[in-house]
Amino acid sequence: MTFFTEENLELAHEIIGRYPKQRSAMIPLLHLAQEQAGWVTEEAMKQIGVLVGTSSAEVLGTCSFYEMFKRHEVGKYVVNICTTMSCALLGAEELLEHAETRLGIKAGSTTSDGLFTLEGAECQAACTEAPCLQVNYRHQYRVTPSDFDQLIDELADPNNEETPRHGVLAQIRQHIPVERSVGAVHPDLVNVPPVWIEEKKEANS
Amino acid sequence: MTELGIPIPHAPGFIANKTPRIVTSRFDYEDSFTIERYEETGGYQGLRTALSKTPEAVHGEVRDASLLGRGGAGFPAGVKWGFCPPGVWPRYLVVNGDESEPGTYKDRLLMELDPHQLIEGCLIACYAIGLSQCFLYVRGEMAVAQERIAQALNEAYAAGYIGKNILGTELSVDIVLHWGAGAYVVGEETALIESLEGNRGMPRLKPPYFPASIGLYGQPTIVNNVETLSNLPWILSNGSEAFKAIGTETSPGTRMVAVSGHVKRPGVYEIVNGTTTFRDLIYGETMCGGIRNDAALKAFVPGGGSAPWFTADQLDLPFEASQVGPEGSMLGSGAIMVMDETTDIPAAALTLTKFYAHESCGKCVPCREGGTWLEQIMRRVVNGSGTKRDLDLLIEVGETICPGDFPHASNKEKGLSAVPFPYKMTTICFVGPSAFAPVHSALTLFREEFEAKVAGNSDRNYVEVTINA
Repeated sequence: MTFFTEENLELAHEIIGRYPKQRSAMIPLLHLAQEQAGWVTEEAMKQIGVLVGTSSAEVLGTCSFYEMFKRHEVGKYVVNICTTMSCALLGAEELLEHAETRLGIKAGSTTSDGLFTLEGAECQAACTEAPCLQVNYRHQYRVTPSDFDQLIDELADPNNEETPRHGVLAQIRQHIPVERSVGAVHPDLVNVPPVWIEEKKEANS
Repeated sequence: MTELGIPIPHAPGFIANKTPRIVTSRFDYEDSFTIERYEETGGYQGLRTALSKTPEAVHGEVRDASLLGRGGAGFPAGVKWGFCPPGVWPRYLVVNGDESEPGTYKDRLLMELDPHQLIEGCLIACYAIGLSQCFLYVRGEMAVAQERIAQALNEAYAAGYIGKNILGTELSVDIVLHWGAGAYVVGEETALIESLEGNRGMPRLKPPYFPASIGLYGQPTIVNNVETLSNLPWILSNGSEAFKAIGTETSPGTRMVAVSGHVKRPGVYEIVNGTTTFRDLIYGETMCGGIRNDAALKAFVPGGGSAPWFTADQLDLPFEASQVGPEGSMLGSGAIMVMDETTDIPAAALTLTKFYAHESCGKCVPCREGGTWLEQIMRRVVNGSGTKRDLDLLIEVGETICPGDFPHASNKEKGLSAVPFPYKMTTICFVGPSAFAPVHSALTLFREEFEAKVAGNSDRNYVEVTINA
């Protein structure tokens, strides 16, 4: 049983090829799986296990540690409202309460139309622009309750294309051109310094 | 170019100032993140200078510059590089871009607004100490930073700055962009390495204290912060002497500092290291311009959420580790959070304690259990259902994470003398003690506010347990 589309499978192999040990590709591949389905399915974890040479239980172990990986369906837009100190000092609690009322759900749940998942989140590195929130990990600064309502209206518009759906993280990917790539080598296969370093001097230092 | 002390619209949060600008010099340009702008403004010249010297000479230049790590611990980068054991290959570079300390954001701006500067810094480091591959670990929740870095990497590969035979020399290095997935603890360097190996991001048992001896895949690995590496192009272009001419002898150069909370102009500033004081930052006309509504300052967190708190008594301390440490706190990651006189101190402390309790990876029991209990007890105190006994209990739980005296600042009014930083700890990393730091500071400096919250509540249900030998 395969989960990844042909195109994503190719991408998965490209990503795995960048690491000296394939298991390092686990988190990038979980992101890729989440991008494809909007969340991380069991099928995805099984295939990632095969791809990086480990069991699906190991993949679940890694996957379940990280907050961004959702192991159940979430809304098209995941709205994370920061509630850590700087934001809390400037009204994050009130904003979260307003959001709960506006969306009619408690933090941690999803609206019945499947559009919004609301979460109380931790520091998002925008502390001077408090209170802040993220929609699918893209910032909104100094958000007032009316800003929030407007944002929700904009996102609810089916024609909105500005914010990609949940799972799509970065819309620009790294691609290493084959002719420029040095290539990743398993650490066991290297025991000499790179060519620009003179071993002799190193050994004496 | 922008006027002094003025926010830049395309760089929300950053406020330009007249202080020397080493790492933020391009932030004024709207297209600061493109390779064209970077090359036009002296970009990749530091790499060219480095390549004209021997790797050892480049390492020497960085060591001479006494560039202190900007991630939190403040360890000299050049010295850290020297910890790689000779004759053990391959060696790796891991860039710590997992910035998530409460109050901190400088690395995000550096990654979003000047990704090429970071890339150039990585290449210089790889050349100097023979690192054969570089992994750029960027926090997952920063979609824009990931896009900017991906684009910059693609541009730099195409232009011949990364990959095989860089600029026609023997230097051949791949830089791989790696996405994090949301875990504060991964900012700890050994947890970062675990995460990069595809595991749960839990810190490794120490020793070895430095991944420079045993790191990624068990190989020598240098883990450097984004801001640290972003200084390297300037140091190579201008020389270590010019770098040391800024700041003080023990803390040369500049630092990016985010000031947030109850100030008039919260922002990220590039300040001169070692000489700028907290008063300059919080009250300076070209900086934060004072407390909002001209209110009185109650307290501030001087170095990210993990740092013990300061009050107005410490305002004249400079940004210099050797002076902040003895006064009971740390500079940490360059983040100041300011609380004015209207702040509900126990509630403010709770916002940090719940953060660290939430972010505990669960490996060390004192942190996993202690952090959770600190949060629960704090919650009932803040909600008004705590008891007087809870206030002692908070300290007791804290002492299971950090036995002995916990650092705190002096306070003339209360007759407190400072207990110097750091503390003893029963955990592998600093997440556990960080859950206690805000509780301890708040309780030590503002105990009366806690007492007011529990006043009138009886110590019902509390039973003293004694264990007979």
